[in-house]
Amino acid sequence: MYLQAKRLLKLALSPVLMLLSLFSAGAWAETGARWQTNMTPGITEVGHKIYDLHMWVFYICVVTGIVVFGVMFYSVFAYRKERHQEPATFHENTRVEIAWTIVPFLILLFMAVPATKTLIQIYDTDDADLDILITGYQWKWKYEYINPNGDNISFFSNLLTDGAEIANTEDKGSNYLLEVDEPVVIPVNKKVRFLVTANDVLHAWWVPALAVKRDAIPGFINEAWTKATETGVFRGQCAELCGRNHGFMPIVVNVVEEPEYEAWLGEKQAAAAEIKELMAKDFSLEELVERGKSVYTSSCAACHGANGEGGVGKAIAGSPIATGAMKDHMDRVVHGVPGTAMPAFGSQLNEVDLAAVITYQRNAFGNNMGDMLQPVDIYKFKKGQ
Amino acid sequence: MGAHHGPAKGLTRWLFTTNHKDIGTMYLWFSFAMFLLGGSFAMIIRAELFQPGLQIVQPEFFNQMTTMHGLVMVFGAIMPAFVGLANWMIPLMIGAPDMALPRMNNWSFWILPPTFLLLASTLFMDGGGPNFGWTFYAPLSTTYAPPSVTFFIFAVHAMGISSIMGSINIIATVVNMRAPGMTYMKMPMFVWTWLITAFLLVAVMPVLAGAVTMMLMDIHFGTSFFSAAGGGDPVLFQHVFWFFGHPEVYIIILPAFGVVSEVIPTFSRKPLFGYDSMVYATSSIAFLSFIVWAHHMYTVGMPIAGELFFMYATMLIAVPTAAKVFNWITTMFKGSITLETPMLFAIAKVFLFTVGGFSGLMLAIAPADFQYHDSYFVVAHFHYTMVAGAIFALSSAVYYWIPKWTGKMYNETMGKTHFWISFIGFNLTFFPQHFVGLAGMPRRIPDYNLMFADFNMMSSIGAFIYGSSQLLFLFNIVRTITHGKPVSDPKVWEGGTTLEWTVPTPAPYHTFTTPPELK
Amino acid sequence: MANQTDRNIKKLSVKLLGLVFIMFAFAMWVMPPLYNALCEALGINGKPGGQQYTVVESQVDKNRIVKVQFVAQNNEMMPWEFSPNTSQIEVHPGESNNVTYYAKNTQDRFMVSQAIPSIVPSRAAEYFHKTECFCFNQQPLAGGKDADLALQFIIDRDLPEDIHVITLSYTIFDVTEMAAKQDSVAASSN
Repeated sequence: MYLQAKRLLKLALSPVLMLLSLFSAGAWAETGARWQTNMTPGITEVGHKIYDLHMWVFYICVVTGIVVFGVMFYSVFAYRKERHQEPATFHENTRVEIAWTIVPFLILLFMAVPATKTLIQIYDTDDADLDILITGYQWKWKYEYINPNGDNISFFSNLLTDGAEIANTEDKGSNYLLEVDEPVVIPVNKKVRFLVTANDVLHAWWVPALAVKRDAIPGFINEAWTKATETGVFRGQCAELCGRNHGFMPIVVNVVEEPEYEAWLGEKQAAAAEIKELMAKDFSLEELVERGKSVYTSSCAACHGANGEGGVGKAIAGSPIATGAMKDHMDRVVHGVPGTAMPAFGSQLNEVDLAAVITYQRNAFGNNMGDMLQPVDIYKFKKGQ
Repeated sequence: MGAHHGPAKGLTRWLFTTNHKDIGTMYLWFSFAMFLLGGSFAMIIRAELFQPGLQIVQPEFFNQMTTMHGLVMVFGAIMPAFVGLANWMIPLMIGAPDMALPRMNNWSFWILPPTFLLLASTLFMDGGGPNFGWTFYAPLSTTYAPPSVTFFIFAVHAMGISSIMGSINIIATVVNMRAPGMTYMKMPMFVWTWLITAFLLVAVMPVLAGAVTMMLMDIHFGTSFFSAAGGGDPVLFQHVFWFFGHPEVYIIILPAFGVVSEVIPTFSRKPLFGYDSMVYATSSIAFLSFIVWAHHMYTVGMPIAGELFFMYATMLIAVPTAAKVFNWITTMFKGSITLETPMLFAIAKVFLFTVGGFSGLMLAIAPADFQYHDSYFVVAHFHYTMVAGAIFALSSAVYYWIPKWTGKMYNETMGKTHFWISFIGFNLTFFPQHFVGLAGMPRRIPDYNLMFADFNMMSSIGAFIYGSSQLLFLFNIVRTITHGKPVSDPKVWEGGTTLEWTVPTPAPYHTFTTPPELK
Repeated sequence: MANQTDRNIKKLSVKLLGLVFIMFAFAMWVMPPLYNALCEALGINGKPGGQQYTVVESQVDKNRIVKVQFVAQNNEMMPWEFSPNTSQIEVHPGESNNVTYYAKNTQDRFMVSQAIPSIVPSRAAEYFHKTECFCFNQQPLAGGKDADLALQFIIDRDLPEDIHVITLSYTIFDVTEMAAKQDSVAASSN
């Protein structure tokens, strides 16, 4: 019955629809369209259902609006004092009043039924092919691929947009604020379950094209799922106010064919193994500084400035920590400063990157300590040795 | 108390007054000042969002602006403005000499200015003002809050006490001070809506007080109401907050319904259609407001049974709300309509509030809300209900009653100009926000992708237009008081039927010292 | 007449003030425990009952297999190493299972932790019975020490048929200060 009613309504509304179709945009893929005015149906079955539901309720509102506002504006024009000197005196009509209580109620039923069906589908998270644990941090996302037989793969995903673009000193790219260093990669046509949680405050993981939005709550996990039917790059943002850089923690999802996904996963695993290997390696000062520079850019520069001049965070150039005892410097970076914006990087960066970035900070921006750290030193430090 | 001596002279008149008209006037001026303050915060927000990139403020300050804008507008502008109207008009409309508890009336007003001074001063404190949104979700507002949060909590307590005292006063007045013969079902609609609103306030302001008290204890006394570490739950905060918060939005809108229910019959020269059903609809909206709170939390991970319950209950609200809209329109139908400024604002309120009601219905649909939630679509929705719904009704009320208050007529051309600039500015500001929200722009962000740029620029231009139109409003009011054309007809408006149109214009300092006779 | 009105106003105001206090008390002392009780009864937020489950004779349903996943989270400012020793097992409803989590205090000082469990899908929470769990108590560890923390659980045979996967997450919090405060309170009250 709902479908029939819907078809009839669509027919009746076809002129309006044609006009509206001018506005509705396609999937919110690589770059969103400027002047996009409507929700994306996205690339999932659920997304299409949500989109249909949204349009269905919207059409009902449009029709109701045309009728109600039609009567209202007609009254305002037809019953102006100059045209209609003698006002009528009626002020109640029980039958009419009962009718316009019951009719809206019936219309609501036509919305409630499809909404209930879709909601039940959204809540069916069982039997996923792949589980990804998503953790919101101030202000980045961590993705952990749950591996039933072995170590989980995990990585952080940071905003990639250059500070100069935000400060308007450089031109903004088309993916301005919607680009990250490490996108999350999922295979197409597979049911992927997201387990969403947070490390500090509330966040919300939202990718419109996947029709997924879930609050990330510290201490608790929430679940959502998606089954992408198209490959491509899809972007989203944190949707729950989470502090200063709430607007700067985007989400990028790469939907790829399964072989490509497997290859990517293999690479990630190899990289993890390589980090283990690098832990045993001795680096030269130059190697550390070079690696440290890129780590600094993605993890430190946002607060401490591209040239260590400081900003939200203290200046690194000439700082008593970066030019003081190595142990204090390690402590500051690995454990952070509780209660401030300085996070504990010990759980966010691997030992190699930690060693590199600390070494870099001690040997850049005019800091000229000349000393360095090996990954194994960090490892020992973390183990409390 | 001598019934016939006039007001005291000088500052003490205002400091110690227990006269409902004086207190009403102070509430109205105070709320207008807060409206301009909250509005200037909004201008900063819109200026920053004029273009992508960070130009004017830093994200930290931006968050303080969104928070303070919400708090000041809700608790400083809209609520006190309606309390001001209640103070002025309820005794006049029910034929009472004053409010039931005049001294408490004085306190409940004088709490407000220092409270908001304190709240505004947090902006200059170390670590900045509240930056966690007007909904202040834990743990951002507890463990991660700036030190000024303690002052924020104190301010919320103080304004809660003020509101509670104000509402007890209103209930006591309406219940006990009606003129003989004025039965409940003869009360003007504005009095009815305020009576119901006052009960809502008495019921939920203590809940807000409870929420901030729990925050205070978590912050300073080591409890864990909202922290998982000690067995609490941040989601509990949202439940407590919205248990207050949803009735709160009806607290804002019901008196606005009341105003419109007075203005439309007056300028249609025809009695309000379906008075009884209006009363029942208002009561059922108030009742439903207690069982729909979790529709603000669809994405929080509730069990599906909970989602369905709150979705159905929320959709139900459309029924009594629609009935009210139909009643207003039928009141106009076959009337004899003139379009003075109050009527223009009232019609626009009905029109735009209904648009906000439609988007509210869309938001009620839980699966679709997974896309709308915390996007600009929500921002557009609640500004259609709060600005067009409440502020337009307030503008309407001021133009409607200002001749009675001052004995002077406002400048009609300026009033209409104010209306049309507001109307255009408002729609230009908030209509495009539906689009960017649907296209994926989250709320409360200081910067955005280029795809949102054009609509945001439109929105900002609209906001500047709407904002500056309020200066015209202020000018018109001041000009009316100083240079307005005197009116002396008690009735002022041809279609006025309620009791306030039977007392002289301007309303003398003391009215209805002997109760009026009701026909 | 006027006095009667004054008395009525006073009476009504006192009643309304009473309502104010009742609503405040409701928010402070009724809503939180009520919410927690509802959460545990309905599994809202995947909160399983905090109490130990005392085993009732129950038969193992050998025909059914449920996949149980284990994940671990560190809350901010919690520097311990914390991870499940097994990331996934397959179990039969009704049988008792043992798994362990590994925890290591990476600091050179004594610390106390509290693990908070959360289960998805949340409606499975009430069927996930723990007969023994490190989350029942705070876990202290001396600086540099590590431990395997035990969890013993039974999946209820009444688990809805359509649930095939259950994920159990523990988030570990640093409660050293909180524990110290509680100790000092306990000591002073003795």
